[in-house]
Amino acid sequence: MTSAISPVHSIGESHLTAAPRALTKRRARGAQLRGWLFVIPALVAYAAFVIWPILQTFRYSFYNWDGVNPAQWAGVKNYKTVFSNEQLIGVIGHAFELILFFSGVPVVLGLAVATIMRRFVTGRMSTVARTVLFLPQVVPLVAAGIAWSWMLSTTGVVDQVLSNIGLGSLAQSWLGGFNTALPAVGVIGAWVLLGLCTVLLYAGMTKIDPALYESAQLDGAGPLREFLAITLPALRQEVAVCVTVTVIAALSAFDIVYIATQGGPGDATMVPGLEIYQLAFYNRQVGLASALALVLMVLVIVCILPVQWFARRGVEQ
Amino acid sequence: MIIARRNSVTGTVLLVVLMGVTLLPFISMFTSALFPSGTYPLGISWPAHPQWGNFVQAFNVADMGAIFASSVSIVIGVVPVSVLIATLAGFALGHLRVRGGQIAFVLFVLGLTLPFEGVIVPLYYEIRDMNLLGSRWAIILPLIGLFMPFGVYWMRAHFVSAPRELSEAARVDGATTWQLFWRVHVPLARPALASLAILLSVWTWNQFLLSLVLVDNPTNGTMAGALGAFQGEWGTNIPLLSAGSLLILTPTIILFIVFQRHFVTALLQGSLKG
Repeated sequence: MTSAISPVHSIGESHLTAAPRALTKRRARGAQLRGWLFVIPALVAYAAFVIWPILQTFRYSFYNWDGVNPAQWAGVKNYKTVFSNEQLIGVIGHAFELILFFSGVPVVLGLAVATIMRRFVTGRMSTVARTVLFLPQVVPLVAAGIAWSWMLSTTGVVDQVLSNIGLGSLAQSWLGGFNTALPAVGVIGAWVLLGLCTVLLYAGMTKIDPALYESAQLDGAGPLREFLAITLPALRQEVAVCVTVTVIAALSAFDIVYIATQGGPGDATMVPGLEIYQLAFYNRQVGLASALALVLMVLVIVCILPVQWFARRGVEQ
Repeated sequence: MIIARRNSVTGTVLLVVLMGVTLLPFISMFTSALFPSGTYPLGISWPAHPQWGNFVQAFNVADMGAIFASSVSIVIGVVPVSVLIATLAGFALGHLRVRGGQIAFVLFVLGLTLPFEGVIVPLYYEIRDMNLLGSRWAIILPLIGLFMPFGVYWMRAHFVSAPRELSEAARVDGATTWQLFWRVHVPLARPALASLAILLSVWTWNQFLLSLVLVDNPTNGTMAGALGAFQGEWGTNIPLLSAGSLLILTPTIILFIVFQRHFVTALLQGSLKG
């Protein structure tokens, strides 16, 4: 062990051995100060480009401001608008609908696929599957948006498959219909997040002691009982992670929607992230955009806290 | 036994279907990229005369060389600095346990869930006032700050479990805090540093919002930003759009396949900790 630190010269050694207490104390205080010097660069970057902007968002949200002319105090008017304007309420509602697709589908389907992989798929196949399923995680969301908007169009592969299996009557422009556009955006999100959840849950399953399954089988438990009694409880933390990551992705969705629909048709797929962008940079309502931004930030935290609490409680038990 | 084998076949088939769905968008883009520019290909079909020249055309119209250089220089601007200062802070908060460090740590953790849209509006005005709009610094500087919650969290988690006896031994040998950090703990933290660097590189490369709002010229933005701009310009020309998208994706996919084990481990650990 000490060989690793041999380049460090022993300058202070004689001092230390003869050190009176006052000296060690001063050294300790010096160490504290030096310790903070290590934190400061990160703290400065964080303060300048995160904390300061958050405070600014808070400040802007109390003003009427077009971004150019002097701002006028507006009180809580912008917040009232966020919570009373039907269109903006709808936009927040869309974010929650997206959770169904971004979180629900990947977590449920991911559990199913990971269970199958654990039971029946081994070795090389699982490595290949892991790599392929992970691909959507490394390509930009913009690319996912481009590829899927083409696939979901009337000449795309989705309608092609539908007509080939005799469901041609269902073929349509999925991202262009008022009722289908938001679910279609949800499908894109589910595609992006499914692989991550599957691999994450699968990794969690491989850590479960196989002896547990053997004894369950001896007790005559079927696959479903096995899943409910052993797998699911052991995966509490992994499930919590999947839910956390995907809920954040759903509530703060931007890239996919911007590329695939721009919020349309009408407002059918408008989400908070895109609304903030359009309000601030196109409608020049910086105050209202900031109020919505603040609501979004709080909303994310409010949705994540119970999940984290749930995961923590599981660990303590 | 027979049931088990049949289940195993069902399982494998299901997995292959899922992998197919995952790859479908890439296959669809590839076949449509080979149709004559400006035509409307139908679903997934092989063209009568594959137009490999589309890739060349897309490379030229999108100014791919310049975009690639821009993205690389943004990654170089963001990642080393972020990793360094996050490691410094993680070391102080996780290993030195400075007094009051808990408060700083909570402050960082609160930023973990932050949607970038929450700060994009004031960031625009902040960057404008710094006269940096349109330059690569407009992306580099904010990203360093925005990566701090995750970076510090990640490195602190590593240093919390770093062996304390090692530091005590180094202290007895008279090592200063800096020597302790740089000569003892950074070399030991190499795997954690590598994972962090991979994650931050991917996130920088794929960053869209900052590129869209803070930089108007795609040759000063990120890959994702350039792809968005390319779609805005060529959105109706499916073959060309597909060819361009694939070109823009190629470097990432090659890197991913080469370093796939590191990527998967990093992303898994990243989401588990984050």
